[in-house]
Amino acid sequence: MAKTRLDRSEQINGWAFVMPALVLLGLFMIYPIIWSLWMSFQVGRGANFSFGGLANIQRLANDALLIKALTNTTIFFFIQVPIMIVLALLLAVALNDPTLKFRGLFRTALFLPCVTSLIAYSSLFKSMFSTDGIINQALLTLHVIGTPIPWLTDPFWSRVVIITAITWRWTGYNMIFYLAALQNVDKSIYEAARIDGIPAWARFTRITIPMLKPVILFTTILSTIGTLQLFDEVNNITQGGPGNATLTLSMYIYNLTFRMMPSFGYSATVSWVIVVIVAVLSFIQFMIARDRRRAT
Amino acid sequence: MSLALLRRGVVYVFLSVATFLSVFPFYWMAVGSTNQSPDIVRGKLGIGSNLLVNFQHLMTQVDLPRVFGNSFLIAVVSTVLTLVISSFAGYGFEMFRSRIRERIFQLLLLLLSIPFAALMVPLFVMISRAQLNNTFTAVILPGIASIFIVFYFRQATKAFPRELRDAARVDGLKEWQIFLFVYMPTMRSTYAAATIIIFMNAWNNYLWPLIVLQTPENKTITLVISTLTAAYTPDYGVILLATVLATAPTLVIFFVLQRQFVQGMLGAVK
Repeated sequence: MAKTRLDRSEQINGWAFVMPALVLLGLFMIYPIIWSLWMSFQVGRGANFSFGGLANIQRLANDALLIKALTNTTIFFFIQVPIMIVLALLLAVALNDPTLKFRGLFRTALFLPCVTSLIAYSSLFKSMFSTDGIINQALLTLHVIGTPIPWLTDPFWSRVVIITAITWRWTGYNMIFYLAALQNVDKSIYEAARIDGIPAWARFTRITIPMLKPVILFTTILSTIGTLQLFDEVNNITQGGPGNATLTLSMYIYNLTFRMMPSFGYSATVSWVIVVIVAVLSFIQFMIARDRRRAT
Repeated sequence: MSLALLRRGVVYVFLSVATFLSVFPFYWMAVGSTNQSPDIVRGKLGIGSNLLVNFQHLMTQVDLPRVFGNSFLIAVVSTVLTLVISSFAGYGFEMFRSRIRERIFQLLLLLLSIPFAALMVPLFVMISRAQLNNTFTAVILPGIASIFIVFYFRQATKAFPRELRDAARVDGLKEWQIFLFVYMPTMRSTYAAATIIIFMNAWNNYLWPLIVLQTPENKTITLVISTLTAAYTPDYGVILLATVLATAPTLVIFFVLQRQFVQGMLGAVK
């Protein structure tokens, strides 16, 4: 009897603590998700819409802008994420050495970009990479280039700028996760490996990387979601241009909803494209991580 | 021996280059805010004397105290509410485990990968129907229950010693008292790290405020910056001064809470 009363009070307390969050998440997350699913089967403009069956899904296949946005997002993803993860790993390993001087200083400096707002740093990069901006000035002075590079008006270079900008902003963020994980690794493993004469590079690939695999997986999934949601930077630096070379999926959804003729149903459908891609990529990344673990 | 020395040298060069690249834009931004637009374009890297002029120009375009006040109000209220509600949930999920709550938590983790774009349109319609358009409530409400922060608090709570709770129970404390007087003081560094993350996110938020805030007097600093850069002939001195002002609060908070932040991150990854 006494036990059930305790059980019940545990139950009541448990629900009491999680309920405020659950109510809010239900209202502002789960309800909109269900609504958005329903919406994605609606066709029409503005407030007039009706059930359209699979019409929106058919429209997806013939949507050149969507293909463009998908291509751009894919390019950003496959180039930027690996560069950033590798850089962050190398920086974290370098900073993890307890005999390194100025560790705190390096760590703070490298994390600093994460403190800036996406919009503030985008404005900064837009100014730096303008045709007559400081980047071109520096390159001209150093005789790396003969004529200024049209960073923001050329499709190729504008993508380079976006990739550079995201890498600048997020590398330190990923580095902190790796650094935190590295500090949890038992030092004696490295000692043993060193005594056994295993060289530094092999220690990195055979001890550090496997140890960090869960964190690497976590950051890769976060970066995947981040890349697929890319909006602030492109909207501010290039407005998706030139010629839609940097149009991203999130920007396209925003344009469909608020800039072009409002088409809520179709933009909901496009947003589910992102959901599906995130789900598939996360699943693949998860499987790869699990397979490797089984193999070792 | 010389190989080790060489390797050491390479590490220092690598870190120094990375540090330079990380910090240079900040330097350029700070110096730029004191210079005239043509000088900035020319690549001047020294401190100029145009700070006050830039400031006056910025003030004529933007009601700076108001915009700053809006950003602060939104960020502070968001941070306080998110901390309370998410740490409650994190504590609840970890300390009172039950099968059904465990299932709900797993469902929430799945939802973590749903991008904001998928919620944007229904949220906008909801806010419009509730006639909350152009209000700070509309900006703050959807964000205060953050799955990421709930998850973060739950992870951190694993390190909270259960003996402390049991001892407090023996002393006759009620559960909310344990939370308030035992849990919260013990988890200070977790709260500090969460404060940084939430405040920065709220202060820096762009897309959602862009959608719900329409009138100029309700705009936040991030929205204002993006209109400044979108100008046909941008005044770089003014833009850089605005970015300095927009970045300063988060920089200060970061430096003040830095030590707790690293500790808190360590706790979450363990």
